[in-house]
Amino acid sequence: MPAPSQQSDVRGEGYALPPGFSLRETRADGSQEYFLNMGPQHPSTHGVLKLVVRLDGETVVEVVPHLGFIHRAIEKMGENETFVQYIHLTDRMDYLSSHINNLCVCMAIEKAMGIGVPERGEYIRVVVSELQRIQSHLLWWGAFGMDLGAVSAFLYGFKEREKITALFEELCGARLTMNFFRPGGSNADVPENFPARVKEILEDLKFSLDEFDVLVSKNPIIRERTLGVGALPRERAINYGCSGPVGRASGIDFDVRKHDPYSVYDRFQFDVPLGKHGDCYDRYMVRMQEMRESIRILEQAMASFPGGQYRSKEKPAYKVPAGSYYANVETARGLYATYMVSDNSFKPYRIKSRSPNLSNLSAINEMSQGGKIADLVAILSTLDLIIPDIDR
Amino acid sequence: MEGEMPQPAASAPDAGTPIMPGDGKPSLRRFLGDAVNMFKGMGVTFRYIRKPSRVVTREYPENRETLKFPERFRGQVIMPHDANGDHTCTACTLCEKACPNGSISILTTKNTASKRVLGAFVYRLSSCTLCNLCIEACPFDAIHMGAGFEMASYSREPLDLILNKKEGR
Repeated sequence: MPAPSQQSDVRGEGYALPPGFSLRETRADGSQEYFLNMGPQHPSTHGVLKLVVRLDGETVVEVVPHLGFIHRAIEKMGENETFVQYIHLTDRMDYLSSHINNLCVCMAIEKAMGIGVPERGEYIRVVVSELQRIQSHLLWWGAFGMDLGAVSAFLYGFKEREKITALFEELCGARLTMNFFRPGGSNADVPENFPARVKEILEDLKFSLDEFDVLVSKNPIIRERTLGVGALPRERAINYGCSGPVGRASGIDFDVRKHDPYSVYDRFQFDVPLGKHGDCYDRYMVRMQEMRESIRILEQAMASFPGGQYRSKEKPAYKVPAGSYYANVETARGLYATYMVSDNSFKPYRIKSRSPNLSNLSAINEMSQGGKIADLVAILSTLDLIIPDIDR
Repeated sequence: MEGEMPQPAASAPDAGTPIMPGDGKPSLRRFLGDAVNMFKGMGVTFRYIRKPSRVVTREYPENRETLKFPERFRGQVIMPHDANGDHTCTACTLCEKACPNGSISILTTKNTASKRVLGAFVYRLSSCTLCNLCIEACPFDAIHMGAGFEMASYSREPLDLILNKKEGR
């Protein structure tokens, strides 16, 4: 790559712009590279993410993500709120995995204070987490179809997702920002018709997933646009810290549910779907298979759904002993972790969230280099980014 | 995980293999397969046209009267009053302390027996995240989450609410 030209040095001597901001010299035939701002109001960035794309014609030379448009200082806010109050802020990070984020904070508090969870509470956690994962993947599937120009896929995905969202609405009163789990169990017991409703949803879902395969997975246009596009080799995926379906599509056999089991995941039989090439099609297929694996877990959990208490004895206040505590879970997008430091008070001294989306986004430059700008849309879509989770 | 990342397990299902034969190289077989799959996809659409009972669309502004909310639905905070117009709030301020956003302010006053009672239950819907923590904290079941979701307004003032209709006794 030739050195950035002096022309692009718009701020004068000694103030050269960083590599992502400089254009190469105009070629002999008068053609030139140019910048394109994709976002923050672009529909396929799924939020307020801005990508500064350096293009040569239609070929992507470099992609620089600009973050911070939706930064709300959630971690800093957490320092001024009690441990239980902090739980509801994690809803607003990865809002499609809000139950699972809540669970992670609760698990860290439980570890710190030695709170146990009753059998029924653990099963509620697993069932609700897996439903959340399916719900998130269904939304991704719809949005993926729409990003690649299949608008009807969005409607099919949302039709199925609505059933799970309606179930959550009956379970905890909210459709997106759940705030359902508490240290020692959950906020409330499941409604009486919950097991029957879950079974009904799973039956519908099995039929719909086959329908989805006919509609999108086998569609030649979708295959043409995803096969071999945005490949990320296994070693590079590990270096970038990719986790979740993005990492597994590149062949990283890592799933927190399998390799560091929390709650009662070790009691269920399920496989971790892996990809070979790490291209968009692999990421697509990994997520489609993950939904089927989640159905397997849910069927096993519903077959042995125990009775009894849903929450161990509630404490009037949660005073966490001094020390640092860590808990990690597998959200729909990868490894989510909470690291909290307490100075023996009701509020955390420092709380840190490890979100999967930031690491997954960091691989976007390598994935999209050399591809066309339409491939960048497919790559963004299969990364399944949630921007509030990146900025927090 | 300590040490090296685990190698891909041989038993794991393989998502990396394209599910259609002949992917990658153009051939007549692939062309025909693609054409068949396009029509199969259209077939799904036609199935839904033939069976309108499977369509789940609900016409929202028209069905506003018949909308049903689940029992646990978390709309805005309300304070139920009984037939005499009384509420059960004792101004203990537990909800105020439980609120993560400072949305609730309990203003107290004194009744004729100079006992500390609730004067005004100020609830700022504009800063409320509907997290349900105040309702969980209330030992007297004085506040609930109400139904309803159309909370938009043109200014902030209508979102500052006083929930009690009269002072506590």
